[in-house]
Amino acid sequence: MNSATTMDSPRASGTIDSPRASGAIDSPRASGAIDGYNFAYLDEATKRMIRRALLKAVAIPGHQIPFGAREMPLPYGWGTGGIQVTASILGPTDTLKVIDQGADDTTNAISIRRFFTRVAGVATTEHTADATVVQTRHRIPERTLREDQIIVYQVPQPEPLFRLEPRRTETKRLHALADYGLMHVRLYEDIARLGHIAKAYDYPVMVNGRYLMSPSPIPAFDNPKMHRMPALQLFGAGREKRIYAIPPYTDVRSLDFEDHPFRPIRAPHVCALCGSGDTYLDEVITDDAGGRLFVCSDTDFCAERQADTAKEAAE
Amino acid sequence: MTPHRPEAGGLTPLLEAQGLNLRFGAIPALIDVAIDITAGEVVAIVGESGSGKTTLLRVLSGMMAPDAGTVQWLGQDVLAMGEAARRRLMRTEWGFVHQNPRDGLRLAVSAGGNVGERLMAVGARHYGSIREQALSWLAKVEIDASRIDDLPRTFSGGMQQRLQIARTLVTHPKLVFMDEPTGGLDVSVQARLLDLIRSLSRELGLSVLIVTHDIAAARLLADRILVMRRGRVVEQGLTDRVLDDPQHPYTQLLVSSVLAA
Ligand SMILES: Nc1ncnc2c1ncn2[C@@H]1O[C@H](COP(=O)(O)OP(=O)(O)OP(=O)(O)O)[C@@H](O)[C@H]1O
Ligand SMILES: [Mg+2]
Ligand SMILES: [Zn+2]
Repeated sequence: MNSATTMDSPRASGTIDSPRASGAIDSPRASGAIDGYNFAYLDEATKRMIRRALLKAVAIPGHQIPFGAREMPLPYGWGTGGIQVTASILGPTDTLKVIDQGADDTTNAISIRRFFTRVAGVATTEHTADATVVQTRHRIPERTLREDQIIVYQVPQPEPLFRLEPRRTETKRLHALADYGLMHVRLYEDIARLGHIAKAYDYPVMVNGRYLMSPSPIPAFDNPKMHRMPALQLFGAGREKRIYAIPPYTDVRSLDFEDHPFRPIRAPHVCALCGSGDTYLDEVITDDAGGRLFVCSDTDFCAERQADTAKEAAE
Repeated sequence: MTPHRPEAGGLTPLLEAQGLNLRFGAIPALIDVAIDITAGEVVAIVGESGSGKTTLLRVLSGMMAPDAGTVQWLGQDVLAMGEAARRRLMRTEWGFVHQNPRDGLRLAVSAGGNVGERLMAVGARHYGSIREQALSWLAKVEIDASRIDDLPRTFSGGMQQRLQIARTLVTHPKLVFMDEPTGGLDVSVQARLLDLIRSLSRELGLSVLIVTHDIAAARLLADRILVMRRGRVVEQGLTDRVLDDPQHPYTQLLVSSVLAA
């Protein structure tokens, strides 16, 4: 299986389940880590429990694994599931990037980054290319992730059938039987009422042709990036106490109909800052008079493009 | 009013059950019940309230396990089947029409979505063709095409029941279990619904196992009748024979009370 290659690769296995990670206590702390905490905040037993859940999750792509989520010194809405996953896979040599809505400089991203700087002393970056671990809420970076990277998603609601079938026992059964007609009924209803599938975020996907999965509230635009992604994708839901995963190079298909194929939607504009015509854009209100422009939601990608353009112009 | 098909004796049954026993605590709900149904046959189960009719349907359709007995579908042991296989059967070769449309419909999903669900559950992925089949089934059950995107809660009781039938039949099941499908409806609405069930079952060559305590409905629809009382089948046979020449005193009582009414 694909997952085996990643899990065996020196970096990933080192961070997921090897003596290196659990031995991190003894390893000299990178400068900046504060005393009184175990490396990356969680105790080693908790990390091992989470890593076991991660290994199971990788072995059954898209399948939700229950785990004993811990209280974290941050409220649930702040992505404690993602934080626990990140804490369990970080090693001292990792470089962490944290994004929220595509940006590195939002309050949520800053406080999570600061948290890991304090409790693990790891290096952080705003550059996707320089990160070994990317923790995210609401976006997948525009830059294609590599085999030596891991992306950790913060998930508020891991159950894709939640709105259709609130009973957990029943959704478990539907997953076990791969009985996903109900999700298609939901999409049918959208087309019948609106002429198109209205889901713009958290658009359901089939993983490895077997499990229906919630991709977390990323825009549907990002769904195709999950398909056969070279990086390992891990998902943590703190309040709901579930972990799931997509191993590298796994098929991830957005549900659709033959005559209403999935379309990754973006605002039909170019970025006002870098001129990109194929990235996901945010609409920004510029003044009280209702002025607005569209800019890349991935701030790192946008800044790099602007720098490239400036360099080309200078040459 | 004659049964609409020749007696199906000699044909191998689709569904065959023997020695069914089930107790709820002290209440014997099924006592040594045997029943079979062949392709294209309509069998009515009649009997007073509490006689075990619903329990029998639930056991036959694998929703409930009996204490003893066997149920075979085309030679397969229904009771030994895994849940996945049984669910597959329930949405392909079988159908179940509930007495209360609320139990058989998704009330928050449009009429078209209700009809389309079984198609999607078995893999239909072409919106246009799902919609076309939904429209054609709405027409068959006499629901106006303009109602296709309306929610069932805006439908009358009779319409809801017709929608439930359309939703069940869309995947062309071989056998449909119906538990008092006309219960709770006005008499005139009942008559129309029974006509519809009769014409559809003929047209599609459906086998129907229908529970009713309406003798007139049984006469209209059924090739054969089973009379239940206190968990036992006290009499069974061709509809005309049972109703015109009832042998068991309880059946005689049932028939005479209808005549008197
Ligand atoms: N889940 C249950 N638990 C306990 N007793 C039950 C249960 N289901 C049915 N019974 C009992 O078993 C007997 C048969 O019930 P069943 O519902 O099969 O009757 P019925 O012939 O369908 O009646 P009705 O015409 O009123 O629908 C009744 O005495 C009933 O009270
Ligand atoms: Mg009943
Ligand atoms: Zn840009």
